[in-house]
Amino acid sequence: MASRTIIPFGPQHPVLPEPVHLKLSVDDEVITEAIPALGYVHRGLEKLVEIRDYNQMIQVVERVCGICSMIHAMVFCQGLEEMMDVEVPPRAKYLRVIWSELHRLHSHLLWLGLFADAFGFESLFMQFWKIREKVMDINEATAGNRIIVSVNVVGGVRRDLTPEQMRWILSELVGVEQEIKRLETTILDDYTVKKRTVGKGVVTAAQAYELGLVGPTLRGSGVAQDTRLLKYAAFDAIDFEPVVESEGDCYARTKVRFREALQCIDLVRQAIAKIPEGELATKVRGKPEGEVVSRIEQPRGELLYYIKGNGKKNLDRLRIRTPTFANIPALLVMLPGMYLSDVPVIVLSIDPCISCTER
Amino acid sequence: MREEVIPISLDTVIGETGRMKAEGYRFVTMSSAELDAERIDILYHFDKNLTMKHLRLTVAKDTQVPSISSVYLAALLVENEIQDLFGLRFKGLAIDFNRTLYLDEEIKTTPLCRYTVTQANKGDAAPKPAAEGS
Repeated sequence: MASRTIIPFGPQHPVLPEPVHLKLSVDDEVITEAIPALGYVHRGLEKLVEIRDYNQMIQVVERVCGICSMIHAMVFCQGLEEMMDVEVPPRAKYLRVIWSELHRLHSHLLWLGLFADAFGFESLFMQFWKIREKVMDINEATAGNRIIVSVNVVGGVRRDLTPEQMRWILSELVGVEQEIKRLETTILDDYTVKKRTVGKGVVTAAQAYELGLVGPTLRGSGVAQDTRLLKYAAFDAIDFEPVVESEGDCYARTKVRFREALQCIDLVRQAIAKIPEGELATKVRGKPEGEVVSRIEQPRGELLYYIKGNGKKNLDRLRIRTPTFANIPALLVMLPGMYLSDVPVIVLSIDPCISCTER
Repeated sequence: MREEVIPISLDTVIGETGRMKAEGYRFVTMSSAELDAERIDILYHFDKNLTMKHLRLTVAKDTQVPSISSVYLAALLVENEIQDLFGLRFKGLAIDFNRTLYLDEEIKTTPLCRYTVTQANKGDAAPKPAAEGS
């Protein structure tokens, strides 16, 4: 006889890189309801605006997320630049594109590996992470760190790339691209992978839009929404089309991220080909005053910063809405009707970043 | 802000958000900020074809704000977050974590908002002034 049981999933679970908790109601093996719970890594970083000035906050926001540190600093600086009416030099805009797309590339490779691990494909996990190491090496060689790529300042960037470094990045990316393409048939055509991902965790385009989903989770459901279409940084001079798949299942989200990983390489190449000579940063005068909403496309989707300044060095308010925060409600729709054994794969398919989410 | 900001009131929160949904806007998130000792600002952010629109609600800190999770389910997380961090209460939340989304049950403080606790609202009698010279 079928019985209804509540099973806790997480916060500590072998498949979860970060702690999120789900209360799963199940009828036998089938999920009937999923309630998410947060709070295991809440750090209260937004409150630091009370004791750190807006320049010091750049280092704080870089630590909101270990995977896309540079992008957090970029959206924060972009918001302050809009508020303080600062024009960023063109070269700095291109450099921001280069480092932010390298971040997206290593983030997607990280996810592809973790996702393979979620359905027990250990060797594929290792292959993707091996490729990712090359991108991390580029970060280290060009910005001094593998993870915390601290290059942004209000008004531009603090580091430059020499012509030799750019040539070296391009040559490294040739190898990265070849190795990613070598894994294409395995991640997208393998029987086991398809068996675990096709038709799992389906969200329709209408549901995705109504739930406010973002990034590859939204684009995997057929909605061509990408904040890079706002043409921030140097995206106004770069050919870019969002990667979209229409099935709305775990397989579609995998395809979006896989294709986006290759697209990142193309965007870096375009940025390097078009980067102009010039200054790295504009001198900033005054203090931030007013309100601004700044948006950018992080690897997991739209990242939003609400910044409120009062003309003093400390901001009145900084609110960070990360993409995973927007994508968690998707689990309320994706999980019911699925088997318990599908939960790890479906949860991983939204690429949850919990330290981002809880800040 | 560069985008359009529409002021709303407590009576029109549900109606205005419903109108945004009917017009095809995606719910992005909400932001809140303490204005002064008595008031809090809540901004509802929406997006349609990459153009943002905001609704601004300014309320007293002890106000119960209607939850928009009945209109946009996605609002439930951010409304719970505001309950935790600002102490503002939302009525009609789809899932009410009762100020334990981030915080532990025993925590009664509000990290991002200051409340003045007086003897009167603690329910205690006002203390007697100390005798002169004591």
